[in-house]
Amino acid sequence: MNKQTGARQITGAQMVVKALKDQGVDTVFGYPGGAVLPIYDEIFQQNDIRHFLVRHEQAAVHAAEGYARSTGKPGVALVTSGPGATNAVTGLTDALMDSIPIVVLTGQVPTFMIGSDAFQEADTVGITRPCTKHNWLVKDTDALPRVIHEAFHVATSGRPGPVLIDIPKDVQFASGTYVGPKQVETSHYQPRLKGDIEAIEHLVELIETAERPIFYTGGGVINSGRAASQLLRELVEATGFPITSTLMGLGAYPASGKHWLGMLGMHGLYEANMAMHDCDLMINIGARFDDRITGRIDAFSPKSQKVHIDIDPSSINKVVKTDVPILGDVAHVLEDALRLWKARGRKVNTAKLQKWWSQIEQWKTVKCLSYKQEGKIIRPQYAVERLEALTKDHPNRFICTEVGQHQMWAAQYMGFEDPNRWMTSGGLGTMGYGQPAAMGVQVAHPDGLVINVAGEASWLMNMQEMGTMVQYRLPVKQFILNNERLGMVRQWQELLHGERYSSSWSEALPDFVKLAEAFGAKGIVCSDPDDLDDAIREMLAHDGPVIFDCLVAKHENCFPMIPSGKAHNEMLLGEAETQGVIDAKGSVLV
Amino acid sequence: MSPLKLKKGSTSHSAYNLRPTFSDVSERHTIAVIVDNEAGVLARVIGLFSGRGYNIESLTVAEVDHEGHLSRITVVTTGTPQVIEQIKAQLGRIVPVHDVRDLTVEGKAVERELALFKVQGTGDKRIEALRLAEIFRANVVDSTLDSFVFEITGDVGKIDAFADLMRPIGLVEMARTGVAALSRGNQ
Repeated sequence: MNKQTGARQITGAQMVVKALKDQGVDTVFGYPGGAVLPIYDEIFQQNDIRHFLVRHEQAAVHAAEGYARSTGKPGVALVTSGPGATNAVTGLTDALMDSIPIVVLTGQVPTFMIGSDAFQEADTVGITRPCTKHNWLVKDTDALPRVIHEAFHVATSGRPGPVLIDIPKDVQFASGTYVGPKQVETSHYQPRLKGDIEAIEHLVELIETAERPIFYTGGGVINSGRAASQLLRELVEATGFPITSTLMGLGAYPASGKHWLGMLGMHGLYEANMAMHDCDLMINIGARFDDRITGRIDAFSPKSQKVHIDIDPSSINKVVKTDVPILGDVAHVLEDALRLWKARGRKVNTAKLQKWWSQIEQWKTVKCLSYKQEGKIIRPQYAVERLEALTKDHPNRFICTEVGQHQMWAAQYMGFEDPNRWMTSGGLGTMGYGQPAAMGVQVAHPDGLVINVAGEASWLMNMQEMGTMVQYRLPVKQFILNNERLGMVRQWQELLHGERYSSSWSEALPDFVKLAEAFGAKGIVCSDPDDLDDAIREMLAHDGPVIFDCLVAKHENCFPMIPSGKAHNEMLLGEAETQGVIDAKGSVLV
Repeated sequence: MSPLKLKKGSTSHSAYNLRPTFSDVSERHTIAVIVDNEAGVLARVIGLFSGRGYNIESLTVAEVDHEGHLSRITVVTTGTPQVIEQIKAQLGRIVPVHDVRDLTVEGKAVERELALFKVQGTGDKRIEALRLAEIFRANVVDSTLDSFVFEITGDVGKIDAFADLMRPIGLVEMARTGVAALSRGNQ
């Protein structure tokens, strides 16, 4: 008992578990080690928090990301000091780029050994400072509960992001006074949620008069919560404006919605990019004018007034000059905008809007995603399209991807009806993301159909997690488009580097069926388009993890494509147009 | 569109052409940042500048509110208006940052810097050094038979001018604190 306060003293390790429970955490992904043993000891002695033992710390963080993105709740990972922490860096950076709320707990050597180059010591807060939203080194057990509660607040408030708490081993052992989330004094970190009403009025005026408007939405809509998606749908239906989305924002507006133009950007749809280029009013909701979206900046949507709704002031005017910046949470701003627009009589420029739509319909006739499935070789687009056809009616489907051509094909050919159903590494482009993320999604949704659309090269980067999936009976389906190439690298080498395919093929690949069996999972291989549907059905029918090795055409390129250094209206639609399209200036871009 | 006047390491030669629609005239701004006085907070601010390629001309930091554990960081930086806006927005995003104030925008601020000069010499040079120090209201804080250490406060221009005068006389070493600044007026 604490003599002064009479409060019960518990150890730092007990505080960690208690604070996680008080924050509503039910799942932790982690990997033990010397510096976190006291916390693992506490986890062992309770049943409220389930711990999933991954096979690599990077996977623990991606799994926490998958958990967070599919539930809207923060994900939690627990790793040890030194290599445990450095292995978490890729996951932290990934979560920072995609604004995913996760809390990572790392062990640290005891406070009296910090700075002595102790065994498994690393300057974790130093290393992770630029790749977290915020991080803490806790040197005092009494400060621990406050820091953990603050960490959850920071991770989930404003623009979400990853946070890290570094806890030395002696702090875990020492005793102190626990305080609950309600007893902690309010943080000064309180990002503003309501948008400036004058700016929102300006937006409403523009909506009323726009001749060629477009909604350009991003991951911010999904991060804002389900209400934001609902309000967005209502606004789109009521105004009748076309809508496109970034890779991160897919699902906020349903792909079956009649105003949907498909994804925009480097591998976005022709009609979406053309509409962005020619619009006179661009309403950016929770997107950040990423270079994959804008293409050449000085030719980016030259005729439009740009409205930008974002909760992060540093996103506004960072890349593209905004005419009407609205700082606030998407749901709050959309609610105000809808209310104002309705109160002012629900006006839109119907005649001009009709003309705009007929122009868009004309662009749609280009059918930029068309391809021909002929002969005995599966084209990757066909494989994704069949997967979509056979799974889209599942009430609880979640799609994850790795990074590369397969990721773009999944975004192009699969339709997302709801938010939180699509998990992909957008900003950082982390190969090896999909498999552990899918694991986190499946943990959060035991009855869900979780599919990781992968390329064989990306998939191998975190293949050790098959062990985790088998151990915990997570029936994730690994749908691997196997072209025995690093497809996107190969595509760029073809277009930019004189078809010199430097290190872009996958040699000595494992036999994926045998690999699956070695892990105790099911393996399926398919190479014939006529067998594809049955093979996919077999995969779906199996109650357990499956590796599906789909052998596809080896030299397929991903189109449409805005080449580097080109504008939205300078898209490549197919192989015939690829000769000499990227000039010297464009080839320095990534 | 003339090319951006950005220093080495900028993206001005990239075909990304990130900033075509903004003014390309570089401005000098003094920014005050109120932060929690906690471990690593200075590293966060400096890391932001180096990580995003912004300039730091000078930087001072000290605790100003002992009870509230608040420190004041004064940064003098240069950049185009768009870069300055980004710097402020990025600073404001750091969790332990309470307030970011652009003193250059708020009106003419009072800016002061303290510097120590070691000047070596005998005879006429020694007398000239003392005479100039008097004109600049610099104090002698250490003296030997052939050297002085002067203490001087003032704005950056005054200290630069004093240094230029002392250099031919025998300036051997100089230490400067960087700029501390407050806005004028009662707010």
